[in-house]
Amino acid sequence: MIDWAHAGPSVLAAFLASLVEFVEALTIVLAVGTVRGWYPALIGTAGGVVLLVALVIMLGPALSLIPITVLQLVVGTLLLLFGMRWLRKAMLRAAGVIPLHDETEAFAKETAAIRGDGRAAAVTWDTVAVVTSFKAVVLEGLEVVFIVIAVGATGDMLVPASIGAAIAGIMVVVLGLAVHRPLAQVPENTLKFTVGVLLSAFGVFWVAKGLGYEWPGDDLSVIGLVLGLLAVSVAAVPGVRRRAGAAQPVAMNREKVRLP
Amino acid sequence: MKLVMTTARELFGLFVDDGSLAIALVLWIIVLDAARGLWPSLDPWGAAILFLGCIAILIENTLRAAKRS
Repeated sequence: MIDWAHAGPSVLAAFLASLVEFVEALTIVLAVGTVRGWYPALIGTAGGVVLLVALVIMLGPALSLIPITVLQLVVGTLLLLFGMRWLRKAMLRAAGVIPLHDETEAFAKETAAIRGDGRAAAVTWDTVAVVTSFKAVVLEGLEVVFIVIAVGATGDMLVPASIGAAIAGIMVVVLGLAVHRPLAQVPENTLKFTVGVLLSAFGVFWVAKGLGYEWPGDDLSVIGLVLGLLAVSVAAVPGVRRRAGAAQPVAMNREKVRLP
Repeated sequence: MKLVMTTARELFGLFVDDGSLAIALVLWIIVLDAARGLWPSLDPWGAAILFLGCIAILIENTLRAAKRS
C-alpha cells in the first residue's frame, strides 16, 4: 500500500522534472512534424517510446539485485550531481548571468536545421525526420527514466514517481496537440530551480543514508532539506548577480512569458 | 554509431556540466565516508555536515562561474 503523504515529494519531483524534459522533446517533435511531415515524426517518436519502455522493463528488476546501501549511495550521488547541476544553472539564469532557455527559439533553430532539402509534409519514409524525432524522444526520455528510477528506486516509490512522470507526459502531449506550437509559456527556469532543489535534497538524503549516517526525523527530514536548499539558493541569486556585474538583472518572477 | 556517441555524451552531460562542481561533490562524499570510519562519534552530525558542505560547494561554484562570465 502506498503512503501518499510520504509519496508526495517523489510524485512532485518526478512530475516537475519530467514536465521540463517532455516540453523539450515536444518542441523538437513539433518542429519535425511541421517541416518534414507528421508521419515520420510520429514513427520516430513511437520508436523512441518503445526503446525507453524496453529499457525500463530491463532495468527495473535489475535494481532489486543491488544491495540497498550501494543503491542509496550510487543513486544518491547521481541525483546530487544531477540536481545541483540544474540548480547551479537555474541560479545563473535567474541572476541573468546566462540567458533563459527559449522554446520558441529552440523550435526556430530546429526547424531551420531540419528544413534541409525543403521537403515538406512527407507521407513516406523520411530518415532525417524519423531519426531527429527518435533522438529527441530517447535523449529527453532517458532523463525522465533516470529521474523516475532515481527518485523512486531507493525509497520504494517507483509507482508514485512513475505516476508523476506519466501525468507530466499526458499533460504535455495534450497541450501539444491543442496548440501545435512549442509550449513557450512554461516558466522553465522556475521549474528547473524547483526541480534542482528537490533532486538535490533527495540526493543528499540518500547519500547520507548510503554512507550510514542517520537523519533526525528520518524521511521527514527531506522537507527540511528542500526548504533549506531553497532558502539558501534563492538568497544567493542577488549575490551571484552582483558577482557577475550583470547589467540587466532577470528576476525569477519576471521570467519571460510568451503566448505560443 | 553517431547516435550512440551523442547518447553517451548526453548521459554524461546529465550529471557533469561544470566538471569542478561534480569533482568537488564527489570528493566531499569520499571525505565524509572516510570520516565516518575515523571518527565514529561524527554519526549524529554526519548527515548535517554533508548537507552544509554540499551547499557551500554549490554556492562557491556558482559565484565562481558568475565571476568568470
